[in-house]
Amino acid sequence: MNHLGPIFRALLRNKVGAVLIALQVAVTMTIVVNAIHLISSRSDLIARDSGLDESNQFYITTIGYDQNYDARYVTDTDLDSLRQLPGVVDAVQINALPMSNSGSSTTIKNAAGEDAGDAGAALYYVDDHALNTMGIELLAGENFNATDITWREMNKGTMPQKIMITATLAQSLFPDLEPEQVVDKTLFNGDDEPMTVIGVIKQLHAPWVGWGNIEHAMLVPQKSDSVYAHYLVRTEPGQRATVMPEALAKIEQRDVGRMVLEHDTMTQVRADSYRNDTALQSILWAIIVTLMLITALGIVGLISFTINRRRRQIGTRRALGASRGDIMSYFLTENLLITLTGVVIGGMGSVGLNIVLVNNFDLPRLDYIYLPIAMVCLVVVGLAAVFGPALRAAHISPATATRNI
Amino acid sequence: MFFYYCRLAWLSIRRNPVLSTLMMAAIALGIGAAMTTLTINYLMSANPIPGKSEQLFYVQLDSWDPNQPYAEPNEPPDQLTYRDATNLKEARQAKLQAAMTQSAAVIEPKELGKKPFMAYLRLTHNDFFELFEPPFLYGQGWSDEADKSGRLTIVLSKKTNDELFDGANSVGETITMMDREFEVVGVLDEWQLKPRFYDVTTGAFNSMEHGYVPFKLRETLEMPNSGNTNCWKSPDGEGFQAFLQSECINYQFWVQLDDADAEQDYMSFLNAYVEQQKQLGRFPRPLNNRLSDVMEWMENQQVVDDDAQVMFYLALMFLLVCLLNTVGLLLTKFVSKSGEIALRRAVGASRADLYWQHLVESALIGVGGGAGGLILAWLGLQGIKSLYGDNLAGLAELDLTLVAIGIVLAIVSSLLAGAYPTWRACRIPPASQLKTQ
Repeated sequence: MNHLGPIFRALLRNKVGAVLIALQVAVTMTIVVNAIHLISSRSDLIARDSGLDESNQFYITTIGYDQNYDARYVTDTDLDSLRQLPGVVDAVQINALPMSNSGSSTTIKNAAGEDAGDAGAALYYVDDHALNTMGIELLAGENFNATDITWREMNKGTMPQKIMITATLAQSLFPDLEPEQVVDKTLFNGDDEPMTVIGVIKQLHAPWVGWGNIEHAMLVPQKSDSVYAHYLVRTEPGQRATVMPEALAKIEQRDVGRMVLEHDTMTQVRADSYRNDTALQSILWAIIVTLMLITALGIVGLISFTINRRRRQIGTRRALGASRGDIMSYFLTENLLITLTGVVIGGMGSVGLNIVLVNNFDLPRLDYIYLPIAMVCLVVVGLAAVFGPALRAAHISPATATRNI
Repeated sequence: MFFYYCRLAWLSIRRNPVLSTLMMAAIALGIGAAMTTLTINYLMSANPIPGKSEQLFYVQLDSWDPNQPYAEPNEPPDQLTYRDATNLKEARQAKLQAAMTQSAAVIEPKELGKKPFMAYLRLTHNDFFELFEPPFLYGQGWSDEADKSGRLTIVLSKKTNDELFDGANSVGETITMMDREFEVVGVLDEWQLKPRFYDVTTGAFNSMEHGYVPFKLRETLEMPNSGNTNCWKSPDGEGFQAFLQSECINYQFWVQLDDADAEQDYMSFLNAYVEQQKQLGRFPRPLNNRLSDVMEWMENQQVVDDDAQVMFYLALMFLLVCLLNTVGLLLTKFVSKSGEIALRRAVGASRADLYWQHLVESALIGVGGGAGGLILAWLGLQGIKSLYGDNLAGLAELDLTLVAIGIVLAIVSSLLAGAYPTWRACRIPPASQLKTQ
């Protein structure tokens, strides 16, 4: 460390190379820190629990096109045959699929009148098999009865008396109450439609993965009398692959004036919904890796250049008694000084870029733990890059001092 | 002289193949990243209808909840109610006007063996075809009379016509939807707007509809709506009519206004219309109507994805790193040539000559890097396509403009990168170098 003074003064006499490396390190760090931050915030989004038993579920969407299509008859008989299929745990007709990005919502209030507290809630029209099909735990209260289920016609929107809500929705409407205490509370759809909470469920995601209130969902005991029908099916663990084609065949072979529009696993529904996020993550990883590589190669290039220029100087030092270790440590220390300057500037740049991103793109604020991690990584990359050229410098023969170039 | 410099540059590039490759690779990577993200942003923010984008206006009326705006800060709703859409159409105060919404129906092919399929339809008025000028392969849009009576007519997309009639002229034929016979009056040629600006509520980059049918059918056939419906209060009463007459918004409305006067007149008409509706007890919010032309509307709806913009800025910084890298490598390279430079100076080349010679060399490296960068950008776009799938369909294609931008960007950046190292190399005093030779 007693070399620090001369190394620093030597750097000042040959600023350009050092400035270039420091700048490169700084910009690289700015990008890497913000990219890692983006990747991890997307990971948090993707990892959220939808409340479903996704790996054992699939859906089938059908549409009736015949004038004589009898939605009630077809739905009931479809559900019967799906539920009896070997390997099927349960099945339900549902108006919208969680995470599918299409569905309906309403605003519900915790009391009648204008200044009542309210919250947006995704609507799922289901029957008494919903909890079993989705694999959701009932925290408090009770499930629907078969007798609670009525039919809901298109564009006619009166709500039935009984509903179930998610624990998060209960929390938003009644911040001071435990789930048990929310059971039997009366909620209002609009001003004049009272509904009683008969059960609070643990977790269920709304259809829209980008929605701020994704955990606000409400189950309504109605089957849809409409040409569209989504069936959600849950199978015994590990049997989805065999059960899905059988279920599909069963639906398709009935000649009742309808056709299958879509079918897929819930695993795929999730993957599709979060596709943009996973894609962004892959792109950012590619950027980080190439960037590190470029910076490392740049350092190798510039250091080799300075070493070439200083061949005679190195030779002279060796001739005057400096050991190979001294030469090595000279270049390593010099590089350490440069990269340290770079990462300090880079730290400021990272915070600055993050502020710009937060202000313009609603991105989350930077987690400061990434700064020291990125600094250490870049310093290590810098040292690794300089190691090869420094080793070559150390092997410059003292006799060089006596020759011309 | 230029060609001589080119030859010298080529020789010099070949003398240090590793260093030269490294430099070109650095520029190529930077250009590749920048061009990949630029392409996505460029195509997302492209003007979908260049000739008319300043004459087409999207209409917004603030029919929302008195207690809170549709969106902060005091934004009017992004769609209209059925009542307002039909009223504005009937008033006919603009040169051309069309209301529209997305719907769907199953088409049952008459030919045996063809399966029924789900068709996305756009319910709209016949002005639609004059407003947005889709290319017709056969026939034309429907008549005013068909608009008024809600006649069962349809304009098919090319794809649907290929599917149903194997691409033949099907004008006059009928197709079966909802157990009714629709007469084909027109068939469009290939038509894909990017973005599909006339209805961004159902996805700005979705593919176009299978067919177009008269708006009136929404009411007479009770055709379903497959776009977004938002309501701030429940319909008054039960049934489909009550729903249609409710304050629920689900309709887009476009008008053509040729100049600023027409725009002003239409705005006064809208304000008068809302005042008149206020008399009927509707529109509880203060007057807040809006006319946006195509690009303003794209801006308002933030059609360019945030992720795409963030990636673009990161890619520009990536390019900056690559350029800093190139500056460093060029320094190395030119300084290692100091002997040659000194010799040329000694035998009479001026500093300016040398400066030009080395700028040509930098530019040549830029051309190489640019070519590599375009290949990388193409690869990058393939990668992005496979990562995003249908979510970015049609937005990951290089066109000639982009290729030109790529090359220019590469040359300009390599010249910028070359400026300082060149200047430094030319300042080498000839004598000091010649002595050591």
